Amino acid sequence: MIEFLGEVAAWFGDSANWLGASGILNRLREHIQITVAATAVSMVVAIPPAVWLAHRRIGGTFVVAVVNIARAIPSFAIVVLFLPISIRLGLGIGFWPTFLALLFLAIPPMFTNAYTGVAGVDPDLVEASRGMGMTDPEVLTKVEIPMASPVILAAVRVAAVQVIATATLGALVGWGGLGRFIVDGFAVRDSVVVFAGALLVAGLAIVTEVVLGTVERHVVPATLRSRSEGVESVVA
Amino acid sequence: MIFVQATGGFFSWEWVVNHLDDIWDRTVQHVMLTAIAITVGIAISLALSIVALRFRWTYAPITWVTGILYTIPSLALFAFLVPITGLSVLTAEIGLVSYTLLILIRNMVAGIDGVPPATVESARGMGYTDRGLFFAVELPLALPVIIAGVRIASVTTIGLVTITSLIGQGGLGFFILRGLNLFYSPVGTTQIVVGTVVSVALAVAVDLALVGLERLATPWSTRRAAT
Repeated sequence: MIEFLGEVAAWFGDSANWLGASGILNRLREHIQITVAATAVSMVVAIPPAVWLAHRRIGGTFVVAVVNIARAIPSFAIVVLFLPISIRLGLGIGFWPTFLALLFLAIPPMFTNAYTGVAGVDPDLVEASRGMGMTDPEVLTKVEIPMASPVILAAVRVAAVQVIATATLGALVGWGGLGRFIVDGFAVRDSVVVFAGALLVAGLAIVTEVVLGTVERHVVPATLRSRSEGVESVVA
Repeated sequence: MIFVQATGGFFSWEWVVNHLDDIWDRTVQHVMLTAIAITVGIAISLALSIVALRFRWTYAPITWVTGILYTIPSLALFAFLVPITGLSVLTAEIGLVSYTLLILIRNMVAGIDGVPPATVESARGMGYTDRGLFFAVELPLALPVIIAGVRIASVTTIGLVTITSLIGQGGLGFFILRGLNLFYSPVGTTQIVVGTVVSVALAVAVDLALVGLERLATPWSTRRAAT
């Protein structure tokens, strides 16, 4: 075991494993890029309609159904399923099947979390703001969105971590990223590379969780902090 | 650059009809992998929840450690274990159990914390000992919240079982992995779709079964709803 960990350390110590197109640095860059892109697109697609529908109190049952069904669909299945779909759409292998699968998996939880965040704002507060003479858009932008912001931020963190996990599976459909080390290591039965890849992927996921969690704690006022606790998260 | 030409249709009913036995066997394997993971997960979570409820200061470190396990991407977690426990059922189960702990412990502790203090006091007044109070009063009253956790953990586990196909297990994930290697042909895409659809159906069925179990196990809540 000690010997094995020594080999893993030696692998990390070899600069050849860090540089070049299939080096750690480039794989990390690919992984971060696709994560940022998929998280950003999911936010743009999911959050505005979720906030609007929750503001109008439309579609509560639909939201519950979405979160239940989304959880039941294995991320592995979606990544694999998007491979033949992407090929039939003429988008090829690699980036597109991975990216489309990431969007497909990130949008539903982001939508439901943003929805429940806004829908969960204390109705007395909303009524009080109307009583103070706020117009409908003011209630939305000055009361509901700020009150829901901790939940929405938590939803973004949860989605980013989930996207990092799912992007690892992109290596199975010809994409790069840190999952390459695990998948290629499995293929040639090199457990040192597999283990090193697992360390990198786990490290990226945990660092992202901690960094975004810290950002949340600094941005969200202490009085609103407990509100982000009920956010739905998904393992991928 | 690899150029791939997709041929033929997307789905072949003929393949499904010819492989019903195979699909059944893999479904049974999928259920077994899930059932073991959930049973072991509940046992470990119950023990850790009792510790966390008795010694409050342990709750933060317990959720911290299980939270880290929960954050590690599944492919990475299985990859960590393969050099140690090999391509085995044990590797799959250690990974699957790890992912159930955070959800189960959170709901167990929250469920028991949610038992009204007046009820606990009445039970004590009636002479319940600590152990009797826990098993006869607190645990049954916490059951709806605990089962909500078991539902989430089960549905999540059923999805994650598919990934264990990469370490030689997998249940229905076996079809998804084999389909991945034949993705350019209808035989491949059919297997991907079958693996996905049956796995989702299984998750929905188990979720509904647990809702039913909750109704049976907590008859007082339906009675209360009826009055």
